[in-house]
Amino acid sequence: MPANWNSAAQLVDLDKGTVSREVYVNEDLFAQELEKIFARAWLFVGHESQVPNPNDYALSMMGSESVILTRDKQGQIHVLLNSCRHRGMKVVRYDAGNCPIFSCPYHGWSFSCDGNLVEVPGQLVGVPHYKDGYREKLDKIEWGLVNVAKLVNYKGAIFATWDPTAPSFEDYLGDMRMYLDILLDSWDGREGGTEVIGGIIRWRFPANWKFPAENFGGDSLHLISHRSVEIAGIGPGGAGQQRNGLPRKIEGRRPPRGHISFDLGHSVSGVPPFPQYEEYDYDPFPAFESPLGPLDQPKIVGEYFKHLAEERRRRLKGKVMPALDGVGLIFPNFTCHPQGFPRDLCVWHPLSARLTEGWRLLLVERDAPKEVKDLLRHHYIRYSGPAGMTEQDDMENWNYATEASLGTIARRYPYNNQLRIGEVVPASGLQGAWWAASPNEHTQRSLYKRWGEFLDSDSWEQMMPPKPLLKL
Amino acid sequence: MAIDQTRIEKLILERELENFLYAEADLLDNRRYEEWLDLLTEDLRYWMPLRRNYKFGQEWQENSRELEDLAWFDENKTTLILRVKQIMTGIHWAEEPPSRISHFVTNIRVIEANPSLAEPFEVKLSSRFLIYRNRLQDETDILAGKREDVLRNENGQWKIARRNIFLDQNVLLTKSLTFFF
Repeated sequence: MPANWNSAAQLVDLDKGTVSREVYVNEDLFAQELEKIFARAWLFVGHESQVPNPNDYALSMMGSESVILTRDKQGQIHVLLNSCRHRGMKVVRYDAGNCPIFSCPYHGWSFSCDGNLVEVPGQLVGVPHYKDGYREKLDKIEWGLVNVAKLVNYKGAIFATWDPTAPSFEDYLGDMRMYLDILLDSWDGREGGTEVIGGIIRWRFPANWKFPAENFGGDSLHLISHRSVEIAGIGPGGAGQQRNGLPRKIEGRRPPRGHISFDLGHSVSGVPPFPQYEEYDYDPFPAFESPLGPLDQPKIVGEYFKHLAEERRRRLKGKVMPALDGVGLIFPNFTCHPQGFPRDLCVWHPLSARLTEGWRLLLVERDAPKEVKDLLRHHYIRYSGPAGMTEQDDMENWNYATEASLGTIARRYPYNNQLRIGEVVPASGLQGAWWAASPNEHTQRSLYKRWGEFLDSDSWEQMMPPKPLLKL
Repeated sequence: MAIDQTRIEKLILERELENFLYAEADLLDNRRYEEWLDLLTEDLRYWMPLRRNYKFGQEWQENSRELEDLAWFDENKTTLILRVKQIMTGIHWAEEPPSRISHFVTNIRVIEANPSLAEPFEVKLSSRFLIYRNRLQDETDILAGKREDVLRNENGQWKIARRNIFLDQNVLLTKSLTFFF
């Protein structure tokens, strides 16, 4: 690996399957990431259920910056940079609320998204001394709160980008969309229908953001770190069940386990699309037996999931789509468990090369009974986040891998992503995607390929279409 | 001059319960987890809500709701037993090697004693905690906050029936919560 480099791509050797440690610890590269990745990519901001009513707002982050997710009086969702255009003060410092006008406490500049008052969301509506001090010459649109360039509401999930030249969200996702659908659609086979349980788990840990990104992008090899939680037995099915709810004994045939990487930078631990309930005929829901969490009612929850499985089978038989399975990454830093338990998503906000802030949300079916939401909520709390018995051990690995990679000598030695390097094949039924059996490390190689493309490209033309992981 | 009997009963009860909390902290500080679990009633509830930055006058927004929203912890005795079981495997890397930890419990007050101070069956206690945790070479966390406990007298032994923990943090500034409050 070079000690100096002219391009980020030089830090990623796709043929050898190695990645320089600089990628994880170098603060100059981190600054470039903020500019070249986080200022341009599509980023998850929040869920529409966080701002259900007109004038609701909730704070979020994009990259390392504070943003306001808001729904205006007319019901439209906006995302605004949380910094007054006058002299910088944060205009919103409550976590969430309801407010028709954002007034800066510093000098009183006021901003609105109300379509009856303004042309552009976040436009200035009030400036002290507008007449006598600015002679009405201050341009209220030019000096409004900074808006994201593009925004989508995809089945309730709000994604946005600062870059007006960015491709559409659909083009950015590519066929990864099918896996995002698994996360956001109802388990009974209907489209959409999910909502966020109240509260966001937010915490900081001393590791580079790319460790969790590549973990959820596909790292079935690290499961040995979780041996202690499997011994403890925290799964929603009760004692003796797997921690993530997958049944210990699967009735019916399952497709072969693998990882899929997309040249666009996304990846999943899962299977390519297949006709549901035909060659592979299994249900991924656990048997809910003994109660575990404080409000668990396994009989009611069991009946609900039994009914769900029947509905899912009825609606989706023969439909070509991926399994309700796995973990996933949408480049750069949005990760999720599209599988059942826990059905969550997380954004890993980059604060520095060695510090990351995780924001975790839990999704449930909007019309699930309270007993189901209670059980899922409790499972999530004991599984994920800093009090999560599973995730705690992940963070230990990420923390000390970062720390041990800081040194002068350590940085000379690259990381090894060579597992199954010769066994990657095109993923069937997916555009620009590759598959290899679990465990493997092509999702890591793919992530850093795309990382290099973002850092080395000045325009989207240079990045779209993405370079393929392999030349065939 | 006769001393008010109520004041004496309160004094004795408070000292007794302070000692209980200090003994409990000792168990945790010395990693005697299984003995700590024996101090919990079978119907224990252990809850630590998320804390929000809320607008003046909307205090009800401050803590995430117990039966609705996410929390840091929302446990019963079964799940706390699992957490201990995980630590006792010796391969729960987030707590292996074990942390050095000291629990400081202060500001202990009896809020309510039922049916009476003289013969209490259940007592509501308020306290503050300061937890100092140090791991490996230089990981150091200082966490402070408020606790509301309900203690129950089971056959002459005080046990914890309910603990509400209000950590004074919004975004959690520690990597992991592998210890008990």
